[in-house]
Amino acid sequence: MAQNKVAPPKTSFFAGLMRNQIFIPIAALLLLTIFNLIADPSFFKITLAENSNGDPVLNGYLITVIDYGSELAILALGMTLVTAASGGQDISVGAAIAISGSVMLRVLCGSDSRAETMQAPIIVAFLISCVVAMLFGAFNGSLVAFFKIQPMVATLILFTAGRSIAAWINHNELPIVKDVSFSYFGNYFPGVPIPTPFFIAVICFIATWALLKFTTLGLYVQSVGINEKTSRLNGLNPELIKLLTYVFLGLCVAVAGFIKVSRLSTINYSVIAKDIEMDAILAVALGGNALSGGKFNMGSSILGAYVIQYLTTTLYKFKVNADALPAYKAVVVILLVIMSAPVVREKFAQLTKKLRANKEHTQAANAASN
Amino acid sequence: MKLKKLLAMSISMAMCAAVFAGCGSSGDNGGKSNGGGKSGGDLIKVGIINNDPNESGYRTANDKDLKEAFSKENGYDASFAYSLKNDEQIQAANKFIQDEVDYLLLSAADTAGWDTVLKDAQAAGVKVILFDRTIDADESLYEASIVSDMAKEGQTAVDWLKGQNLSEYKIIHLQGVMGSAAQKGRSQALTDTAAAEGWTIVNEQTAEWNAEKAQQIVQSVIDSGESFNVIYAENDDMAKGAVAALDKANISHGVGKDVVVMGFDCNKWALEELLNQNWNYDGQCNPFQSSYIKDIIDKLEAGETISQKTIIMDEKGFDASTITQEDVDNYGI
Repeated sequence: MAQNKVAPPKTSFFAGLMRNQIFIPIAALLLLTIFNLIADPSFFKITLAENSNGDPVLNGYLITVIDYGSELAILALGMTLVTAASGGQDISVGAAIAISGSVMLRVLCGSDSRAETMQAPIIVAFLISCVVAMLFGAFNGSLVAFFKIQPMVATLILFTAGRSIAAWINHNELPIVKDVSFSYFGNYFPGVPIPTPFFIAVICFIATWALLKFTTLGLYVQSVGINEKTSRLNGLNPELIKLLTYVFLGLCVAVAGFIKVSRLSTINYSVIAKDIEMDAILAVALGGNALSGGKFNMGSSILGAYVIQYLTTTLYKFKVNADALPAYKAVVVILLVIMSAPVVREKFAQLTKKLRANKEHTQAANAASN
Repeated sequence: MKLKKLLAMSISMAMCAAVFAGCGSSGDNGGKSNGGGKSGGDLIKVGIINNDPNESGYRTANDKDLKEAFSKENGYDASFAYSLKNDEQIQAANKFIQDEVDYLLLSAADTAGWDTVLKDAQAAGVKVILFDRTIDADESLYEASIVSDMAKEGQTAVDWLKGQNLSEYKIIHLQGVMGSAAQKGRSQALTDTAAAEGWTIVNEQTAEWNAEKAQQIVQSVIDSGESFNVIYAENDDMAKGAVAALDKANISHGVGKDVVVMGFDCNKWALEELLNQNWNYDGQCNPFQSSYIKDIIDKLEAGETISQKTIIMDEKGFDASTITQEDVDNYGI
């Protein structure tokens, strides 16, 4: 990164920043921001306008980023924990979203996919979809924890079967919820100018933060991820902790699925949340978390998720073909992988050491001359 | 519709029977002995290879239509095989040939790789009819191919748009998965006409048949402040996503409103949107091929030859100002 070359004058500050893993998403964010500022500053314009119901809403690219990035950020929460504990990723979250979304609409619409009124309160449908998603999470988790199957292989099962299960839940129909109040959760609550998904995401962040702060789950997850055997010797139950992280991801999936189906008040099980698992994994990687498990930083995963949406929105703004988006994301992945490769890290470490030695040398020389 | 089908069917069956009776008396129908040798009571054996009915609403409707048409009551003994993968479909085809079906109906997952199987089929006296999708094989290997003309669908839609005589045309063009037949045909019509008429294409993007992507693309145009007055979405899902973005930003759409919304495929819910005047146009992609296939089978059973191998189905376009509930019930999939 360019910043490294600027580092020498203020080594301590920059080195400190660089050592912190949140540096990576922040650097990416800055890079994109600078690019947008130069290319077209109107990217940052936010206007207050009325929507079709006559309620005030904020409009602008940045609002779009926090709006559409929310599902990804919520998934990144669970994905970070799963990655940290099991040293692998869940690739079935997209299919799981299709399932939990289908369950939700099934409960809301009942047997008639064109029901005029909702057959159940939204909260009931949401809770049922949470339970279902957590069950599927537990299924993945038990394959990983008890049967010791590699996470990516274990979740491949649901990745393959998930959308068919979703199709079966609604008998191949695409149910539509006609009640307007259902769409509030993916769009705006009347009178609130900020998109609801952002609020939902913030609630999830706070809940997760509290969970990690006031319970020992975070510590346990990290220790299981770093070394399963020693954690067992220290009285932890690695299987249970791995299972818990997958169940937690299931909960995140249900919330993200809720937002997704609410956006359009319908579900197309074959394309909903397509490829979102890759974005969620990328968010974790962009957050500087080791994909092989162990220590994690939740905040930088969240930031990573929004940076990905920031990138997507930027590319859409410049009318880059949607086909080509994965290619740009691939560039990011390549950069990340190279930066986190042991060889490169070693070189980096040597370089900073050298620089520091030089600095101390000059300081010593200065002191001597004084 | 059902009644009409039933009527057409019974008439064609009667005609078949009459023809066979005729053949029997003249005793001179050498080449067709395989299929025509049956007496009136026997079932015609068909093997149907289709894509997974879960693939889309289109496919679900298509599969349902075939199942209804080739039932025992209608004089057919039909077996079905589904796969989105070419090799699995070829396996199924081989199995059907071994089972000595009279007709093999095929909607191929991929255009290539069918030559050997079709030659085997020909050698075994199995007649092949392609539906919905064409393949890269010599015409002599199959009896007929019943397809939608995507370019015509696109042209019908674009002609309709031209007929609206808007004072200006600023179009957001949402494309399907690039390279698919539906995308190519539907895009080409718009691209050509836009160039000829001097229409402005504000944004042309592939949303890959996906409502969420369409929503983001339209959102990005709205955020940029560029004005537009037509959304040309190459399927209903993408039109729905686009409309969700419009609703969010207080841009009115539909008959007599700011933005003209166009979709394709005639999903029932989409036609309902037309009926409610929220959208303006929906182009049909006809999934009801069974009546065409039956026509062919009847002709072949009667010993006629098929002169026109490629048969293009009639496809409609619906205008919100003229659509009726009846249309929704009949053509919605």
